[in-house]
Amino acid sequence: MKNVSKSPWLLHYDASSCNGCDIEVLDCLTPKYDLERFGVINTGDPFQADILLITGGVNSQTASVVKQLYSQMPAPKVVVAVGICACTGGVFKECYNILGGIDTVIPVDVYVPGCAARPEAIIDGVVRALNILDKKTAELYAGKSGAQGGHDGR
Amino acid sequence: MNRAVLVIAYLVLAPAIGGLMDGFDRIVSARMQRRRGPCLMQPFYDLRKLFSKQMLAVNNVQLLLNLSYLAFIVVAGAMLFGGMDILMCLFILSTADIFLVMAASSDSSPFANMGASREMVQMMAYEPLTLLVAVGFYLAAGSFHVADIVQAPVSAVVFMPGMLVGLMFTAAIKMRKSPFDLSTSHHAHQEMVKGITTEMSGATLAIMNIAEYYELVLIFGIFALFFVNSSWYSWPAAILLCLGIYFLEILWDNVSARLKWSQVLSSCWIVSLLTGGLNLLILMLIQ
Repeated sequence: MKNVSKSPWLLHYDASSCNGCDIEVLDCLTPKYDLERFGVINTGDPFQADILLITGGVNSQTASVVKQLYSQMPAPKVVVAVGICACTGGVFKECYNILGGIDTVIPVDVYVPGCAARPEAIIDGVVRALNILDKKTAELYAGKSGAQGGHDGR
Repeated sequence: MNRAVLVIAYLVLAPAIGGLMDGFDRIVSARMQRRRGPCLMQPFYDLRKLFSKQMLAVNNVQLLLNLSYLAFIVVAGAMLFGGMDILMCLFILSTADIFLVMAASSDSSPFANMGASREMVQMMAYEPLTLLVAVGFYLAAGSFHVADIVQAPVSAVVFMPGMLVGLMFTAAIKMRKSPFDLSTSHHAHQEMVKGITTEMSGATLAIMNIAEYYELVLIFGIFALFFVNSSWYSWPAAILLCLGIYFLEILWDNVSARLKWSQVLSSCWIVSLLTGGLNLLILMLIQ
């Protein structure tokens, strides 16, 4: 079941990042790193995305947006948290408005640490996400995890 | 008999040829940007993925409208490759586009609705020249029938070089290439997400992509019509020239930025008038 992993389309969302990781995400698409050689397209559309790439911790304003973007993506889908803020909340963890890492709102499949995460690390994270995507596709067709796009819940 | 073979070849092979051309486009674009780019078969991987995704329909009618878009383009293409009336073929092609506009208007996304209205502006921009081209073929070959046009002793391009230039200009709209990719774009991060395709996902988007591949082959069929004549060697020459035109379109896509809708409309109409209109006038005077 390599159906999805051979053409993973990305959706990038900045939950509350300082833009450091965002620049690095865009770096991955530049000629030096060229993520498109894996068939990746940086689409701005959740309806067409397979991988949700989120930078920055979730705050009270972006929590609903993150949830909505995740719910608008058709299954199978994976979430990659890019940067330490997206993984745990980072240096902003104790702030009054920060809920924490992305996994406080939606299930995260791959954590890419770093401040800012290096392009190599992001590409590695995306390639790991592809393996998870393959597994999820297989599960979806085997009918194990609810076929209606539901996550196995954590 | 020959015609039936061509029509069946179009119906079966057009998505494959269109997909390969798209893959070629993505590789050439990547090389122009000093990137490696995806593999040649990437459009087919994309299609396979889209069909295997969960069906997220925003309403009941969008899939049907996209299927109608596909069906009308297939009929238009079959008419062209079946040697029938080119004028009717172009009319049906415009009708097909209306279904796409309806599909985009059917959902609630403001981005899709804006894409739909921009698609209509684009239709206004390229439509005059397509009609002029059909009339040009009539004046050059004495018939609207494609079967007669390909049997002409001299290639149509000799009589209508201006029309060819004009069609190369406006075909960028049909291929959704910069600077005319207003309604939706192959490139990421447009100012209105994905325009007309914003709320299309999975199989609905895949059907739209397949329709675009049929359309791509149809457009290059019209380009080839400029070059073919009664001699056999004009056919391979036409294919080579079409590939050259495709390369020029890709080059243009990569070196130009997106225009505003009013600039698209005015530039297309001015170019249509200067190339197609003048060419038509000269044709009418010498005939």
